[in-house]
Amino acid sequence: MNAYINDFPLLLKKDEKGKRTIYLDNAATTQKPSCVIKAVSDYYEYTNANPHRGTYDLSMQATDVYESARKRVSKFIGAESEDQIIFTKNSTEALNIIAQSYGMTFLKEGDGVVVAISEHHSNLVPWQVVAQAKGAELSFLYTDKYGEISSEEIEKKITEKTKIVAVAQISNVTGKINPVREIIERAHKFGAVAVVDGTQGAPHIPVDVNELNADFYVFSGHKMLAPMGIGVLYGKKDLLESMPPFLYGGDMIEYVEEQNSTYAPVPQKFEGGTQNVGAAAGLSAAIDYLNNIGMSAVMEKEKELTEYMLEKLSSVPHLRIIGSDKPEGRIGVVPFIIDGAHPHDIATILNADNVAVRAGHHCAQPFHTHLGVSSTCRASIYIYNSVEDIDQMAESLSEVRRWLGYGSKRIVH
Amino acid sequence: MDLNELYTEIITQYSRSDKHRHPPEKADIKMRGVNPSCGDDLTLYLNIDDNVIKDVEISGEGCAISQASASIMADLMEGKSIEEAQELINKFIGMIKKKVTDEDELEELGDAAAFENISNMPARVKCAVLAWHTLEEALNKKQK
Repeated sequence: MNAYINDFPLLLKKDEKGKRTIYLDNAATTQKPSCVIKAVSDYYEYTNANPHRGTYDLSMQATDVYESARKRVSKFIGAESEDQIIFTKNSTEALNIIAQSYGMTFLKEGDGVVVAISEHHSNLVPWQVVAQAKGAELSFLYTDKYGEISSEEIEKKITEKTKIVAVAQISNVTGKINPVREIIERAHKFGAVAVVDGTQGAPHIPVDVNELNADFYVFSGHKMLAPMGIGVLYGKKDLLESMPPFLYGGDMIEYVEEQNSTYAPVPQKFEGGTQNVGAAAGLSAAIDYLNNIGMSAVMEKEKELTEYMLEKLSSVPHLRIIGSDKPEGRIGVVPFIIDGAHPHDIATILNADNVAVRAGHHCAQPFHTHLGVSSTCRASIYIYNSVEDIDQMAESLSEVRRWLGYGSKRIVH
Repeated sequence: MDLNELYTEIITQYSRSDKHRHPPEKADIKMRGVNPSCGDDLTLYLNIDDNVIKDVEISGEGCAISQASASIMADLMEGKSIEEAQELINKFIGMIKKKVTDEDELEELGDAAAFENISNMPARVKCAVLAWHTLEEALNKKQK
């Protein structure tokens, strides 16, 4: 077992049979360490008030909590200033802000928008909507069967017509690390803006938005130990300033008259209404927790376990890993199928052994179509997982076909 | 719910049956049913003659539960009038919701009674009812 698990109360809980949950659905959301849970409850117990508004002590303390979370995030991803950090509900909201505010304002008929075929629906559907509304053309960077985007594909698809390129840093289906730097360079060559969906990146590898030279970078707190309901939109200052607000209302204005209003500077311009300050406090604590380990150490640790998981999965009879079965250039997100077993049945059978994995299309239907599978099972690890977890999953997987009536009569537990 | 109750022999055998897996080129009614969250996706092909369901064929794919449920339903529906079929659909849905519990009524559902306890596994209810809801929609379309 690994020592980090002791910080995660949910993972230590045992059911009536004395078994704990083997949680391997971290690409969907992660569990929360005690320090994060405490940061949220401390916020509500000691410092809750509406930030930015009151002149009394509590409100100033709440403002402090909220703004120091912004500073933490800014440092965590290497932003130049904390004004470039906009808090959102999650990555989906952040991507919608970019699509609706930047895309709707600056795209013209005939312009090109390029996304990868492997995108999560949240970095695809918002662009479909904008492209349709503005008469822009949406095109795709296709991957090979290992989930890899080639340099030729990048050169072919990103052209002088391209105005926006939106790609995930790491695929939530295959765990493949995309060549985002190369994609961004190509986009910039033609003056296009590059949107990077860091939802599977920020939790698992060190991120430096300056070094990446991303124009926008988004991620969700809940996939990196923080509470649900807090996400981040990073943007280059001039871009954020050029964009109209997304939500209009309180806290995002400067002056309001009967017929006209002026808006607050960024980031407040994009944070209309009372924000999720408790979750921001949680995100701050999550970042402290991760920094304490060190993101390079997180990456190395996960690499080791990923290697073990790939090896173990490959040894399960009738199991086929989708995408690459190699440990290089990826994180610990591994999709697979078993001959004759539907992913939903696999997940149900694993659940009977307290093993939690995801089954379905993982919000990436076009990518599944592209890979020629209708759905997959997906196991995804985080820092608290151990070889014991992988062993239990592999053991349960070996029983799947028997439960479904293949081969010798199953053993009745 | 114990896996022994879920993946019974009836269900695993029906899930792999290809008896009704011969989609015809022409059908009186063709209706697709999808569970978007898990990817169960099936199409029913019905041939109806003089208000009687003559033939039910299935295409598409899905989990063992959705597939077995569709096969069992196809077996049960052939030879039934539209009204009888609608009544059976209501009984099946009623059984899943634990509203139909009478043994005699359940008996009319034949092998479909194998899904009686699926509500103990809420995540799989939609798999079990997909074919039945799809048939219901198909028959409503026919009656319009």
